Amino acid sequence: MIRLFLMLQWKAFLRSASFKTEIWFRILMALGALYFILVFLALGVGSYFIIEESGLGDPLRVVNRFLIYYLGADLYLRYMLQKIPVVNIRPLLYLPLPKNTVVRFTLLKTLLSFFNVGHAFFFVPFSIVLLFQGYDPIAVIGWHLACLPLFLANNFLNLLLNNADRVFYPVVFSLIALALAQYLGWFDITQFTAPGFDAFYDIPGLFIAAWVWMVIWGFAAFRYFRTHMYLDAGLSVKVDEGKTEDYIWLNRFGNLGTFLKNDIKLIRRNKRSRTTLIASVMFLFYGLLFFTGSLEVYENPMWQIFAGIFVSGGFLFTFGQYVPSWDSSYYPLMMSQNVKYQDYLRSKWWLIVIATGLATVLATFYLYFGWKAYVAILVGAVYNVGVNSYLVLWGGAYIKTPIDLTSNKKAFGDRQAFNSKTLLLTLPKLLLPIVVFWAGSNLWNEAFGFALVALLGLLGFAFRDYAFRAIEKVYKKEKYKTLRAYKHQSS
Amino acid sequence: MIQVNHLKKQYGDKLVLDIPELSIAEGQSFGLVGNNGAGKTTFFSLLLDLIEPTSGSVHNQEVPVHESEAWKPFTAAFLDESFLIGYLTPEEYFYFIGELRGQSKEVVDRLIDTFKEVFNGEILDQKKYLRDFSKGNQKKIGIVAAFIGNPKVVILDEPFANLDPTSQIRLKKILKSMTESGQVTLLVSSHDLMHVTEVCERIVVLNKGELVRDIQTNPETLKELERYFEEQEL
Repeated sequence: MIRLFLMLQWKAFLRSASFKTEIWFRILMALGALYFILVFLALGVGSYFIIEESGLGDPLRVVNRFLIYYLGADLYLRYMLQKIPVVNIRPLLYLPLPKNTVVRFTLLKTLLSFFNVGHAFFFVPFSIVLLFQGYDPIAVIGWHLACLPLFLANNFLNLLLNNADRVFYPVVFSLIALALAQYLGWFDITQFTAPGFDAFYDIPGLFIAAWVWMVIWGFAAFRYFRTHMYLDAGLSVKVDEGKTEDYIWLNRFGNLGTFLKNDIKLIRRNKRSRTTLIASVMFLFYGLLFFTGSLEVYENPMWQIFAGIFVSGGFLFTFGQYVPSWDSSYYPLMMSQNVKYQDYLRSKWWLIVIATGLATVLATFYLYFGWKAYVAILVGAVYNVGVNSYLVLWGGAYIKTPIDLTSNKKAFGDRQAFNSKTLLLTLPKLLLPIVVFWAGSNLWNEAFGFALVALLGLLGFAFRDYAFRAIEKVYKKEKYKTLRAYKHQSS
Repeated sequence: MIQVNHLKKQYGDKLVLDIPELSIAEGQSFGLVGNNGAGKTTFFSLLLDLIEPTSGSVHNQEVPVHESEAWKPFTAAFLDESFLIGYLTPEEYFYFIGELRGQSKEVVDRLIDTFKEVFNGEILDQKKYLRDFSKGNQKKIGIVAAFIGNPKVVILDEPFANLDPTSQIRLKKILKSMTESGQVTLLVSSHDLMHVTEVCERIVVLNKGELVRDIQTNPETLKELERYFEEQEL
């Protein structure tokens, strides 16, 4: 039986869409993964020495002190990101399999998730360093064996907590309150928890207690899923309550308003687009790396224009990049309804322009780092509106990956979104303004460089009708291929 | 009027649709029947320019659909769920389509009202998004939306499939009354021979992409169709 399950799993893995990408891109991905593994390993090894140098005391004791927060943060991350594998159970329900086997297999499978394995990158090298530093080997192994089930218990806890916002938020808020209380010196919870974690090191054999803790939660999760294994109970998918909204204030924009209304609903009501919006807000703070002078290499004014483009262009890069894929699930409707390509593209363009404008206003706090920083952002915004907005719309015509709005999968980078055409299109988005700025500042001075980049943006804005016509042509040419691609993968 | 000339659609070497000539008069109710793979959906997709013809053309009221977008204002369709916007409530979806077709809310409300008995109290004011409705109810919503804005040509793929018996009968009535006025050219496909003979004045049978029967509906049509499909060779 288990063999059959494993075979299913293996096929699901091999036949997933992500495997069907260009070979060079797979190599690139593998290299990327390798890089991150090395970074994490270095962090695991280095953390001992970092703590030692910072003078907080014995690194092991320090880790034990903060372990409660580590566990809390882990639970929080799991709750937000780790997916509960209920969907995979559904097709197994009516097959002649004992329910116990199905539940056990599903639960065991969750143990292989990155959220469990990932912690090994810290704990394994850290424990090895401890051994080399002359800590008692038996005690270190005991401690290590105690930490492992604590995180696995989190795994099961999260399964039980799933969708129980009522339980989850109070837990998170009390953890934050505790952290604040500790920071302000009112109350220090670690005084009570640290000895407990220390005991795993100090008392050999105590790690059994941690395992018992894990088994209890594992059994609770098993019981829960076993008794709720019905389509309308544990396996049901939560349904959002629908609200009819008007946004009458957008009516004055005519057809454009109709689309904008729809796009606002799209962004607000779908998981995937909400994640994208949050990611685009993060871009606002990207400039801090450059303008605070925290990294010397970024002091060069050429990098400032680079940062300027990113600060105001968060939405443009994260959302704009996937136009028209956002509408992929109903693209046939858009293509047969009384919709003109021009109107459709214009509405997406305005959305990008409005978001860029908002970001530019929000970015006024960069004035704190001097007016030059803000000028770079302003110039970046003008270039984004005048040039990059068209480029993302143009590039979107070649990205034929349908988006599943209701799932967060692939929200952080989609392999198929990278093809040679879109990669080529990023050159003018980022490199061109830098080159123009460089040329301008070498010919005369920095102000002239900024002016040249802004001029490019203004020119693009002036010729927007021409740009729209050109983009429309590309969309029309790609229409049938796009329709086919969306159809294939959504079904 | 819809005029089809030498229309061919080919995937690789496989010819999936080959219609030398076909014209559908204005105001006609036109039924398309055929087994799976006969090319019904392919034909409708070509009418809506959702796929590219390998050769030939379709003219919808003189507009060549593959070259111009001018057919869109007077044509509406519901082929499958990809014509629904999952994150809208039914009301929002109807108004969205209405706005695209220049219809005020009041006009849309009045049209929805005529479909009230098909909705059976399960569509409006449900506080649900389209993605959370059942397949049958989604279909009802899509069909009703296709009638918003007085389109001259309405194309429905399998409108009766997935509907409960009561809704099938009620929808049939409404479709009939829509076409009786002679204002709407209605194109439907169906696997249900009885429904299609009741609703349509003309029935065309497709087999493996070819037009094999073209019948003006009469009392004998249902029998004739049943005989044809019974004798189908595999």
